[in-house]
Amino acid sequence: MVIECKHVWNYISDYLDDSLPAETRELVQRHLEHCEICSAILDSTRNIVVLTGDDRVFELPIGFSERLLRRLAKEIGTGSSMPRENPAD
Amino acid sequence: MITSILAGDTEQYHELIRPYERSVYKMALSFMKDDSDAEDVAQEAFLKAFRKLADFRGQAKFSTWLISITLNEARGRLRRQGLVRMESLDETPEEGSHISPALLRDWREIPSEALERKEVRQMLEEAIGNLSPLYREVVLLRDVEEFSIEETAVALAITTGNVKVRLHRARMMMQKELAPRLKNVSQRRRWFQW
Repeated sequence: MVIECKHVWNYISDYLDDSLPAETRELVQRHLEHCEICSAILDSTRNIVVLTGDDRVFELPIGFSERLLRRLAKEIGTGSSMPRENPAD
Repeated sequence: MITSILAGDTEQYHELIRPYERSVYKMALSFMKDDSDAEDVAQEAFLKAFRKLADFRGQAKFSTWLISITLNEARGRLRRQGLVRMESLDETPEEGSHISPALLRDWREIPSEALERKEVRQMLEEAIGNLSPLYREVVLLRDVEEFSIEETAVALAITTGNVKVRLHRARMMMQKELAPRLKNVSQRRRWFQW
């Protein structure tokens, strides 16, 4: 059995997650071996998924943790060890 | 640790949530767009989690529970601000419609070092931000937070089948938007110079 490109596209996400049934996976693999377009779509999607998961994409703003601590201290009184925004307060 | 916090040792709460600061902020930022709104949503989510800590029973992972609270906080904030119509948050994916990916003849791997460049980070943030909330949620949980399909389903209170359908569509939309742009970037620069 041979599958067309547009069918392969429907399987790309599950293929990356390795959640396709063995038989379907084999069909997709066989198609990928000779189709440079579908191979490029798979490679680019995998590459984008990897880049998306990188910690550098969304950085915490400077001082986030300190401001959170101060808010926690103010609202729920999580203790005297919390840094204060202005020590002179 | 949770038991001792509930028993009154609230000092430990920040230690408990510290590993999740980035995840909660990312989730908030992807909804709020504005840095300061996102930070406020993240702080509110941590406060709500503290107040609801007694309800956490440990059936789900703490991170999954915390992310669910953040999602609800962000959705609630957007609704109050009137920025998102209720339907767009609750719509169901059109499973019958197909999203065609960007067609390419070859793909040259973009190394993770590319993320040192703000331009590339912004492209990714924008592409995630341009997804509708329904698809953004799954991408954030599965591909950004690297939750399993099952954990994503628990956090969003949907079936694993729905997670897969939404994830597929979201990834195709991301590929369609990003592949041509990233390809252009990689052609303009030689990556090994970084």
